[in-house]
Amino acid sequence: MIALSVVSGFVLALTAPLLLRLFHHRTGWILALLPIALTVFYAGHVGPVSSGLTFYESHVWVAALGIHFSFLLDGLSLVFSLLIAGIGTLIVIYSGGYLHGTTELGRFYMYILAFMASMLGLVLASNFITLFIFWELTSLTSYLLIGFEHRRASAREAALQALLVTGIGGLVLLAGFLLIGQVAGTLEMAELLTRPQGLGGNSLYVPILILVLVGAFTKSAQTPFHFWLPSAMEGPTPVSAFLHSATMVKAGVYLLLRMTPVLGGTELWQILLTTFGGVTMVLGAAMALFQTDLKRLLAYTTVNGLGMLVFLTGLPSRAGITAALVFLVTHALYKGSLFLTAGVVDHETGTRDIRQLRGLYTQMPLVTVAALLAALSMAGLPPLLGFIAKESIYEATWHLSRWTLAGTAAAVTANMMLFAAAGLFVLRPFFGRSGTADHHDHHPIPISLWLGPLVLAVMGLLGGLLPGLVDGSVISPGVSAVLQTTADIHLSLFHGITPMLGLSALTVILGAALYGLHPKLSRWVARRSGWARFGPAAWYEHGLGAVKHLAEWQTLVLQSGHLHIYILIILLATMGGVGATLILREGLVVDWQPDSVRVYEIIVVILMLVAALVTIRSDSRLSAIVAVGVVGYGMALLFIDFGAPDLAMTQFIIETMTVILFALIIYHLPKYRSICSRAQRVRNALVAVAGGGLMTLLLLIALTVQRGSRLADFFKENSLISAHGRNIVNVIIVDFRGMDTLGEITVLAIAGAGVYTLLKLRLEGRNR
Amino acid sequence: MEILTSIVVGGLFGSAIYLLLSRTPVKLIIGLVLLSNAINLLIFVAAGLTRGKPPLIPAGALRPVAGVSDPLPQALILTAIVISFGVLAFALVLFRQAFGQEPSTSKPDTESTCT
Amino acid sequence: MNSLILVTATRILMPMLLLLSAFLLLRGHNEPGGGFIGGLVAASTFILHCFAHGPEETRKLLRIQPGYVVAIGLLLAMASGCLSLMSGMPFMTGLWGDLNLGGGQHLPVGTPVIFDIGVYLVVIGAMLEIVLTLAEEE
Repeated sequence: MIALSVVSGFVLALTAPLLLRLFHHRTGWILALLPIALTVFYAGHVGPVSSGLTFYESHVWVAALGIHFSFLLDGLSLVFSLLIAGIGTLIVIYSGGYLHGTTELGRFYMYILAFMASMLGLVLASNFITLFIFWELTSLTSYLLIGFEHRRASAREAALQALLVTGIGGLVLLAGFLLIGQVAGTLEMAELLTRPQGLGGNSLYVPILILVLVGAFTKSAQTPFHFWLPSAMEGPTPVSAFLHSATMVKAGVYLLLRMTPVLGGTELWQILLTTFGGVTMVLGAAMALFQTDLKRLLAYTTVNGLGMLVFLTGLPSRAGITAALVFLVTHALYKGSLFLTAGVVDHETGTRDIRQLRGLYTQMPLVTVAALLAALSMAGLPPLLGFIAKESIYEATWHLSRWTLAGTAAAVTANMMLFAAAGLFVLRPFFGRSGTADHHDHHPIPISLWLGPLVLAVMGLLGGLLPGLVDGSVISPGVSAVLQTTADIHLSLFHGITPMLGLSALTVILGAALYGLHPKLSRWVARRSGWARFGPAAWYEHGLGAVKHLAEWQTLVLQSGHLHIYILIILLATMGGVGATLILREGLVVDWQPDSVRVYEIIVVILMLVAALVTIRSDSRLSAIVAVGVVGYGMALLFIDFGAPDLAMTQFIIETMTVILFALIIYHLPKYRSICSRAQRVRNALVAVAGGGLMTLLLLIALTVQRGSRLADFFKENSLISAHGRNIVNVIIVDFRGMDTLGEITVLAIAGAGVYTLLKLRLEGRNR
Repeated sequence: MEILTSIVVGGLFGSAIYLLLSRTPVKLIIGLVLLSNAINLLIFVAAGLTRGKPPLIPAGALRPVAGVSDPLPQALILTAIVISFGVLAFALVLFRQAFGQEPSTSKPDTESTCT
Repeated sequence: MNSLILVTATRILMPMLLLLSAFLLLRGHNEPGGGFIGGLVAASTFILHCFAHGPEETRKLLRIQPGYVVAIGLLLAMASGCLSLMSGMPFMTGLWGDLNLGGGQHLPVGTPVIFDIGVYLVVIGAMLEIVLTLAEEE
């Protein structure tokens, strides 16, 4: 059933364009039936999971390599699945209103449903390879979504940037997964999680950790990989809302939480996660303050939220994980709501510029309610869920055994700036004096547009008023799953007078002060906008530019258009590879054994060598062809001499045919003179001598290795008894290795057809 | 005899490489023929040489006498000989169509310079 | 190429060479020979005819396009491999039966022999296709 819940999204995605033709503007509502059904399906698991059950399901895939199509539904994957399917429902409905009239709406539905399904697969996968595939699928589908408006160059660039950063991170992650598989002996997460010991003591722990962290950090936009996230705002707003509230960027956080029992608990884990997370959350919040575009402001607060989550995951306590899960849910709700609100504003007024928007509440009262509730949650004010989340965060940092002050200070700084950012988002645009901004037409906003933001915002309020709704159902099972113990967590709005309450008050005061100072600050920052030149986004640009230059350069060198240069490169590479292996592995030991040679053999050999020399030295096509014939007949003589009558016969006939072939075609070919310069000839001769010498050496060394193989013995033993043939060579061709022969006669057939086609097509062309 | 044939293999490879690197189409094709011969001989010699004992099972016996030549490389080479003829024919015709009377295998626009 | 010697020699040689090719094909499982060699001998017979009488005459003599010979050969080779599939064994498992010739004489017949005939036909067809097409170019 779990696998079905994942796959169903892909199936529906394929039929979405068709459904659009059937249902037109109601398609969004029809398509939303699937995510809503999935939400109900996952919600049905809340009871059993919170009582300690987990659901595991495995389908055979590549059993020999330990790769299974397996899924695990426990507390952690349940939280994520609910968020993905639940918010997905609202997004699909919202898209119908937001993108109404877009010609490629069917394509959009297809992408967004496929993305949702990939995301569900990612959080539910139990096998590392399955997880990796869904991980990369989310990268691919998000590429399509961000670049949906593909006629704009900036959208294409942003999409490519997201794909490169998260896709390369995914490959690094795969390396980490494979190392884990090597070390742990299993690729099944479900099995690995039940082991009492993590991989902390393993000698490969550090490389594994770094590989996995690179994967998670790129996906979850941690500094210095954060730059792709604000760029991704080029996508249509429903995409931003979905990708950056509950899904795509949370995948890295999910992975970190998931791997906590396996990789967590060590000092290195704590240091890396808290450092990167801490820097990201402060930086993200600070950058958010100086954005004038609503969506970009939200994008940077998302960077902040992701940093916060990574930071909390790295804290060495249960309170950290608890705060992470509470904040995860909170953030998904308010961020989804805010993005959707920004989308409505953009849709209705045609701008997202904070400096131009004023007094929107008269125009869109319901949306304003949603925006206000969500912003209050983001600011961390009671009685919203955001307040509880912030209290939990302070709870976690305040009770640290060390670095208490630094951790708390970082959290307060980030939250204070987040408070100011929430103010920037909601105060002036919605409640500012309605002045110059012109409201073109006052048509009512369709339900599909206001439903999403309002539902999410109200859920944030409900969660704050009735924390019992979330703590037992999703938070406790989630924490239990991450820590692999039984956790029973109770959240409440008011804990009494505690240091945490004091910190909250401090945050509000500082945040309000910051909001007041904001105009001055932003003028100061605006004068220093040139600093962006040194940021990670610039590193990306330079890196991409360097790769392009490298590609151009190597194409010019390798793809010169001269056939002899291609051949030279291929030959040198082969010779280098063979020679290096030969010298490094075997050493140049040649076993000179006494050789029995007969006179006629010497004659044949000398004839062949002289003939080979003639092909090089001769200036006449005919003598070269005759010399090639001599080499071939010499081969045939050697075959007769050394017990290969079949080969000798074949060689004789083919050699004759070759000469006939040359005779037929030779006068259509250019003259046989050399057009190489003297220097080229010397170079070619050197390469030729080296190549020939290398092959002689290779053969002499190969001959010192023990001869005869078990394979040959098998063929000799079974040729008559099992295959009823006395000519072992023929038995191998038609029976033991018959499949090869089938392939080879196919090649022959294709060569014949190729010759026929090449010549006949040209003839007909000429006749026309 | 193995040493002697090894030298022949080297000689054939050397000549083939020299011809492949020359910029004349016909030489290139002759080089291809020599190369396939060289490789066939390489496989044949690498399995060890045994005079006059073909891998046949005499009438009345169930298995060949001890010390017959290795049948596997022979089977490989036999099909290789026929296939290389097919490929040679294809290459010849392809070159004929592609270069016609062109004296060189370089692309036409960067013709004159020898790099 | 209308040489009297070649034309006469061809007339005498052709039946003998074709007989030899069939002989090489059929004895190939037990003595040197087989589909590849037999096919090459048969192809060279027709090429000899082509040199004596020209490619059009050879095509007339053949009655069937070389391309079809290739196709029939490939199909035959594949079909021989499929026989074992029908009896539930892996593709290309050799199946053998005894043909009773009477008088205590037995001839073992098996799918590898059919496969070899397929190889024989492909080799003839491909070789003739190449050489006849080229000869027509002249």
